[in-house]
Amino acid sequence: MKWISDDALLRLRDAAEEPDLEGTPYRLIRKVGAGGMSVVYLAQDARLNRNVALKIMNVSDESGNLASRMTREAQIVARLEHPAIVPIHDVGRLEDGRVFYTMKYVQGRRLDHYVASRPALTEMLRVFQRVCEAVSFAHSCSVIHRDIKPENIMVGAFGEVLVMDWGIAKILGKPGEPRTEPLRYEAYSEPGPDQTATLIDPRANSGNETADGAIIGTPAYMSPEQAAGDNQRVDFRTDVYALGAILHFILTGSPPFEAADLRTGQSQTPALRGKVQPALEATCLKALNHDSEKRYASAQAMAADISAFLDGLSVSAYKESALEKAARLLARNRPLVILILAYLLMRLLVLVFFRR
Amino acid sequence: MGEMHYSKPGAGDRFPPTRLSAIVSARAEDPDERQRAFETIISAYWKPVYKYIRLKWYRTGEDAQDLTQSFFAQAIEKRFFDSYDPSKSRFRTFVRICLDGFLANEDKAAKRIKRGGNVQTLSLDFEAAEGELRATREPAAPVGEDFFDREWTRSLFSLALDSFRKKCEQSGKQIQFNMFERYYLSEDDSKPGYQRLSSEFEVPTTSVTNYLAFGRREFRKALLEHLQELTSTDEEFRREARSLLGQEP
Repeated sequence: MKWISDDALLRLRDAAEEPDLEGTPYRLIRKVGAGGMSVVYLAQDARLNRNVALKIMNVSDESGNLASRMTREAQIVARLEHPAIVPIHDVGRLEDGRVFYTMKYVQGRRLDHYVASRPALTEMLRVFQRVCEAVSFAHSCSVIHRDIKPENIMVGAFGEVLVMDWGIAKILGKPGEPRTEPLRYEAYSEPGPDQTATLIDPRANSGNETADGAIIGTPAYMSPEQAAGDNQRVDFRTDVYALGAILHFILTGSPPFEAADLRTGQSQTPALRGKVQPALEATCLKALNHDSEKRYASAQAMAADISAFLDGLSVSAYKESALEKAARLLARNRPLVILILAYLLMRLLVLVFFRR
Repeated sequence: MGEMHYSKPGAGDRFPPTRLSAIVSARAEDPDERQRAFETIISAYWKPVYKYIRLKWYRTGEDAQDLTQSFFAQAIEKRFFDSYDPSKSRFRTFVRICLDGFLANEDKAAKRIKRGGNVQTLSLDFEAAEGELRATREPAAPVGEDFFDREWTRSLFSLALDSFRKKCEQSGKQIQFNMFERYYLSEDDSKPGYQRLSSEFEVPTTSVTNYLAFGRREFRKALLEHLQELTSTDEEFRREARSLLGQEP
């Protein structure tokens, strides 16, 4: 029996772990991430000579439920053609029966790493605005993400933003319409490396509908209705809440309710108070409102407030005092104000000079 | 989006063919079945046991040989493994605990050995195990559970590699095995690339890709077959597979 060194043992372990891509046009390059139920590899598509991310199940699936869910996940993402949503290229089944799909290989930083690099606030808000736009687009396709968190957002080297991991996304009825059809999609998700764990209640995996009481999502970014497992109340505003939590993370470096009780006792975080401009604080807190009816009605409305803030306009979430309004107008029109002041000063000097 | 079927008809052999658990068979009433089960268990465990005794219990090579023989002889005679409960621990953890208990009473055992007690002598290549110990890096931390587990993993992988080699020899696929061995087990720092393997084995690069893919598939299959033999329940098997490979079979 041949002796195997420690290094060789690691190489053999990797070899045994690698999926067999024989019969597919993909050649495996290396593992880039792993979660509770799937692994993501960097692979090369030999037909087009391009790198792709290949996601594959890594858990037993004798019933075939996970395979069909993974196929549905790919189908959901495929219908979301948006520059800020990671595009799916292909879906298939390996010789061993496992379903995989390939998607764009995104090179960039996760939002949490990006925020840690301390970019300017306006730059971060522009990134956030694009996240809101992507989520808003998904909502227009009746898809809610349900697991928006910094680890699922990638920021590219050229400022491009991609919302990833639609593993527990859900299709709703059209916005504003009552849900008359049963929920068609229920999938699983997994915590990637260094990710905050995604909670999946086993009851949620029992069928295509989300069982009431099943908890799906990531605690720190989870809305109260999601945390309570009240899936009848989970809708687009659930994602709005998560966007509020993301904005909180951008503004303070931490999620709003890190150690909060999931089902009860979520109270407004004091972390924002006095640290950011009142308009931004109000925007964030409106999205984080415990009562979903009092949140932004849509991700688009939230994006509009962020856009208004960046443009120096008033935001819908905050009622300014006259003084604040004047200060904002002054700040927004600073060059004009300086010109006027300079003109007035010059007139004053001229007046004083001729009086002598 | 339609799902592309990359699989071949009849494919789907990710699950290894069911192998009887040696842990379960070790409790059988049939002495032949029990004997075969113990042989399987001993083949995977004797080296971890020997090395553990050497490094954890600071025994000389000679003592460790006697104690290894004695441990397995007693395990067979007193049916240590009958009391194993998979809901409480992994089998390898259970073996280590049994071994620690056995060694704690080692004085008595040693005396028995010196008296030439009823120790059934197993044919084990202790010289090879001693050579492996010399080749292994000095453990950075005090030898403990991790060491035993790592040696158990090494032993399991060696068994799988051996099975894979035999299978290749029987089916005339030595080149596939040799390439796999060259690619994954080369000890020199410069792991050969596909081009180098292509020229070394005088096959096109596409064949290198296919041969290595075949090797990975067959090695994995052999590994899971051995793992199945060395676990007692399906749950334990899956747990161990996840622990070893980061994924369930």
